[in-house]
Amino acid sequence: MEVDKGGGPDFGFFTSRLDKMIGWARKYSIFQYPFITACCGMEYMSVACAHYDIDRFGAGLPRFSPRQADVLFVVGTVSQKIAPVLLTVYEQMTSPKWVVAFGVCTCTGGFYDDYATVRGIDHIVPVDIYIPGCPPRPETVLNGLIMLQDKIQNQKQEI
Amino acid sequence: MPDPEWSKTLKKIQEQFGDHVIEMHNQLGQDTVVVSKSVIFELARLLRDDPELKYNYLMDLTAVDRYTRKPRFEVVYHFLSLEYNTRVRVKVPVGEPEPEVESLTPLWKIANWLERETYDMFGIKFRNHPDLRRLLLYPEFQGHPLRKDYPVTGRQPLVGPKDPQA
Amino acid sequence: MSDSTTVTKDIPEATRPAVEKTTKNMLLNVGPSHPAMHGVIQISVELEGEVIRKADIEIGYLHRAFEKHSESGTYTQVFPYTDRLNYVSPAINNFGYAAAVEKLMGLEIPERCKYIRVIMSEISRIADHLTCIGASAMELGAFSVFLYMMKAREWLYELMENVTGARITISYGRIGGVKADLPKDFAGQCRHALKDTREVLEEVDKLLTRNRIFIDRTKGVGIISAEDAISFGITGPFLRSTGVAYDVRKAWPYSVYDRMNFDVPVGTNGDNFDRYLVRMEEMQQSMRILEQALDQIPEGPTNVDPEGRVIDPDLMADLGKFGKTAGLLKNETLLEPTLRGTEKLVHLQIRADSKQAWIPPKEQVYSNIEALMNHFKIIMLGHGIRPPKGEVYNMVEGGNGELGFYIVSDGTDRPWRVRCNAPCLRPMAALAGIITGGQMADIIATFGSVNMIAGELDR
Repeated sequence: MEVDKGGGPDFGFFTSRLDKMIGWARKYSIFQYPFITACCGMEYMSVACAHYDIDRFGAGLPRFSPRQADVLFVVGTVSQKIAPVLLTVYEQMTSPKWVVAFGVCTCTGGFYDDYATVRGIDHIVPVDIYIPGCPPRPETVLNGLIMLQDKIQNQKQEI
Repeated sequence: MPDPEWSKTLKKIQEQFGDHVIEMHNQLGQDTVVVSKSVIFELARLLRDDPELKYNYLMDLTAVDRYTRKPRFEVVYHFLSLEYNTRVRVKVPVGEPEPEVESLTPLWKIANWLERETYDMFGIKFRNHPDLRRLLLYPEFQGHPLRKDYPVTGRQPLVGPKDPQA
Repeated sequence: MSDSTTVTKDIPEATRPAVEKTTKNMLLNVGPSHPAMHGVIQISVELEGEVIRKADIEIGYLHRAFEKHSESGTYTQVFPYTDRLNYVSPAINNFGYAAAVEKLMGLEIPERCKYIRVIMSEISRIADHLTCIGASAMELGAFSVFLYMMKAREWLYELMENVTGARITISYGRIGGVKADLPKDFAGQCRHALKDTREVLEEVDKLLTRNRIFIDRTKGVGIISAEDAISFGITGPFLRSTGVAYDVRKAWPYSVYDRMNFDVPVGTNGDNFDRYLVRMEEMQQSMRILEQALDQIPEGPTNVDPEGRVIDPDLMADLGKFGKTAGLLKNETLLEPTLRGTEKLVHLQIRADSKQAWIPPKEQVYSNIEALMNHFKIIMLGHGIRPPKGEVYNMVEGGNGELGFYIVSDGTDRPWRVRCNAPCLRPMAALAGIITGGQMADIIATFGSVNMIAGELDR
């Protein structure tokens, strides 16, 4: 997976160390905005609770206001009616922000090829991590979260 | 042609609305009666208020698009009586071009939302409905999706591309 | 608590402000993306201070065209869509739909299969009520209760996974039976899980039932009268909390519920607290049903081979092709794990004995021509399960009330119309009336006790 690792001739030693440190801080303090619509919400609840604790990754505190969150977890099917709401929520988030597409309905639309479903939220918002599955097992979600943390660590940080 | 074995519901409906009944049967043990749309309100009131019938539940209100048969739509009502533990199905054929049937909102409060949903999905209008607008889809949507001539993939997006493969 | 008029009176006449302060009602949107909403719903309220004057509910944010999709596939292809209706209790939806088609076709399913269906339905029902109470308690501030309920729900998901292979969207029902038999040690695992769940429920009971804060927030709030509930066609725990004891499992028994001893808990006031108590008690009754079903379930598949020989499936198919079928029917063979549930030994126990609905056991498909032709006729497009022309309405008791499936068949292998009568549509229609006149914070408590599942509401 290609990420902007921020290398280049004018990228000095101290700035790259600083970037890595900010990346480390950002990846272990993820404030999620869970945009829950459908069945994947049940797996999200399982991931957030005791058996498959997401809190040990630092991502355990959902902020229920988009202004305070940095990762938008889109969980469950996005229908045409709620797509403008998703776009509004995404636009209200302040950068740096990341989007996780949780469940196959958000990745590509799933098996709902009909008049009322958006075939993948990447038609509406830019997505960083795709977690397929219908619904994905909690271990898959945690794998996706770790990939997101790698991405956050290694990308060029804007301050 | 009422069978003497038929339940009291069907017999009573036959007595009171005999000339408006198009068909009556008891397949699979489920009482069904097809009536013309002019009497549906009176029939529903009879079912609800008559002390021997007491169908106090409007269990379901939906429609079926029969597509090539005339009349095109059939509005289907399911009633349940808690006290006597009986059920009955009432079907009302409704034809094009302006499918319209009387609303049951004065009798049951749930008819409000069920009729909105039927209007949303089929385009069948309900006379005297207090607030007939779409329930499940957004106001900008054109057409009525559960009709047989509406394609499954007929997308009308509010945000995003119409054809996702594009 | 003093209101503004007494304060105004205390100010002497000379210094009282001359201008009358006027207020305007505020329009507030709760949702569609809101933490306390159990899904996507929009409640627009007109507020005067904290009191709600008018409310309007907007649904349809998760409309996924269930009814349209079921017309475009065969009867069996509808099962994954039914899973995602009430996604916290998927087994009940599966079996409700399967029972409707079986009624239409006149199929009779075997005893063991009926017991399996009852067991899976009750496990799903307990999971549903756990989620409902957990989520609504979390919104009222009792976060630990949510964690405890989810812990208990995980044990039930493990049970589901051992039986069906998946945790939530199980697609376990089939027309004429279920997908595969229960695993060997299921009864022991189930009893263990029930024992642990009972402990969790006891803990939650101690935390919530006599808790001053919980009672203050839920007692006397969200009251609905029995007449209103009937006019709205409400069933399930919402109706039972008003005092009407209507349960589809008692009034119109299906599967083997008529052989089970269980009670139907009924409330008195129709407020949120009664609904909480009804749900807690329903879980206890469901566990009672589960234990009875585990005791009464008829034995599993029996080994038909008296000499205990196990034959390799490739060898069996080869012998069959050469016509050397003598004695093959009585032999046990071990199929691949991916074909589990299709073996001859389980077949008769979990599937209706009907050529029109079922593919024959895999050992026979691979070894004789009649079974192969039968297999072809069921699977290929245009053939398959073809109920006679007609219509049927079948009801089961879902987590929220009466879940009805109305199926119209035109004789082909695709349904003409599949209508799902969702139980949570009705309390949602009533919600606007219930919250009007109450306070803003009561929306959360009342909405939590409605147990709205958006998949079912919007289909």
